[in-house]
Amino acid sequence: MLELIDVKKTFNVGTINEKKALNGVSIKLDEGDFVTIIGGNGAGKSTTLNAIAGVWPIDSGSIIINGKNVAGLPEHKRAAFIGRVFQDPMTGTAATMEIQENLALAKRRGNTRGLGWGIKRSEREEYHELLKTLDLGLEDRMTSKVGLLSGGQRQALTLLMATLKKPDILLLDEHTAALDPKTAAKVLELSDKIIEENHLTAMMVTHNMSAAIKHGNRLIMMNGGRIIYDVKGEEKKKLTVDMLLEKFEEASGTMLNNDRMLLSKHNDI
Amino acid sequence: MTALTTFVNALPGNISQGLIWGVLAIGVFITYKILDFPDLTVDGSLGTGGAVAVMLITNGVPVPIALIAAFISGCLAGLITGLLNALLGIPGILAGILTQLALYSVNLDIMGQSNRPVSVDKYPLLVSQRYVMTQGNELIIVILEVLKIIVIVGILIAALYWFFGTEYGFTIRATGCNSNMARAQGINTKKSTVIALVLSNGLVGLSGGLLAQYQGFADVNMGRGAIVIGLAAVIIGEVLGSVIFRKRFNFVAMLSFTAIGAIIYFIVLQIVMLLGLPSANNKLFSAVVVVIFLAVPYLRNAAKTSYGRAAKNAAARSIVKGDSEDA
Repeated sequence: MLELIDVKKTFNVGTINEKKALNGVSIKLDEGDFVTIIGGNGAGKSTTLNAIAGVWPIDSGSIIINGKNVAGLPEHKRAAFIGRVFQDPMTGTAATMEIQENLALAKRRGNTRGLGWGIKRSEREEYHELLKTLDLGLEDRMTSKVGLLSGGQRQALTLLMATLKKPDILLLDEHTAALDPKTAAKVLELSDKIIEENHLTAMMVTHNMSAAIKHGNRLIMMNGGRIIYDVKGEEKKKLTVDMLLEKFEEASGTMLNNDRMLLSKHNDI
Repeated sequence: MTALTTFVNALPGNISQGLIWGVLAIGVFITYKILDFPDLTVDGSLGTGGAVAVMLITNGVPVPIALIAAFISGCLAGLITGLLNALLGIPGILAGILTQLALYSVNLDIMGQSNRPVSVDKYPLLVSQRYVMTQGNELIIVILEVLKIIVIVGILIAALYWFFGTEYGFTIRATGCNSNMARAQGINTKKSTVIALVLSNGLVGLSGGLLAQYQGFADVNMGRGAIVIGLAAVIIGEVLGSVIFRKRFNFVAMLSFTAIGAIIYFIVLQIVMLLGLPSANNKLFSAVVVVIFLAVPYLRNAAKTSYGRAAKNAAARSIVKGDSEDA
């Protein structure tokens, strides 16, 4: 499905701010894998997702989606294979466009766009039914501008948009971090449901260790631009937050430095 | 003749002029409002459109074809700005300034001199000041001439309404609103930026072609400050439209009110000149209009929540507290 082979990226080469962000990341995902990613500040979690999405070109290595090496494709071309939800609820949607127009844009991800109607009458029906499944009442506000929605509503909509056209891989980048705990729980639940129903392959960065344990079938821990721990199946199910902290110290030789992560240690969402 | 009759007699001319500048303003609307790109190419591409139209018409080319050429010349100007920005990484505002400056020379080259007349007596011009003068024309003719320009602008608005409702139009709107989102949805944001600039400046070139016919000449300086007039029209139209339509201020209304904003601009300019503003000061006027319309919403917002108010509230509270301590 997705395979990263020795992916490397250094930012600000030759300056005082030079930073080796990805230091040889390799991982192979099987179809239907739902991987949660945890790690300290600057470990390379979001950077890994951005490398896959093609936000910038990587320095070396391969990114293979469905047997095709996409390392040479720009972001908008790679979008054909990838659905994304971002940390900032403002990033995933176009605020000045209607809810249904946003969905119509997402529906055409990966298609060549021409001079046909941006949204067809028949689509409205489809979006109405889809929005109903969110249970947020958005189906009655299809012509409202997205800018009028709350952060949680926007994230739910972004999730719907990312999966409207089935992606080969779904990338969730701390997509609940900016939401209040109750909304975050709801969006996480929704993510689970969508991933399961559509049998999606997904990667989710989170700072919440219990969420990382609870969701998905596989967990990876990153540090210093590398994957330092990779666990799946039954073994993952048995994990606890304390075991994860121990693992981190063992594998990295340092204490976990992610404040948000430590603060959310006993937060059970 | 009283000021009022002067004003009434000038009205058809002001409306026509406003509509012609309205075409430019709609072009500015596309970059400034939809694409969120401060494009200053306009000051050059207006003159390019005018120069191309006048040179072609005076060389015997039919007026409609000359206008299409004016549109295309504007498109090319927009293409240059777009490529400077998308391929060479030059910031949008600077890319526009560079193209605008270069176009000054290009416009001189096209015309061979700084000013070229196109006489309404010799050529079958589509629009002209002469047609809408109340002296020497029957009223019905003047009305029909103004209606003709309204129809031209109406067709343009309809075409743009269609375009921005297409898949391609959607990509431009999404790019202007949120380029991260657009790329994540598979949109080539560089390409859509270039296309929008091409379309916008095409309209500006067309506006230049119409304006040159209307005033009877093309001039190398005709575009100076055009962007400010365009912005004034966009902003006046927006303020007026959102007052009238409130939440139902949709896309067609926005485009229409941009043209109406331009008409209002020229009517107000006429009034101010009748009140004694020397015509040499009209650029000062356009700058002041834009400043006022941009500043008022800002100041109104600032008045709602300001440090001054916070200080006043804080002071009031400490007085209340002090009183209670005394007691």
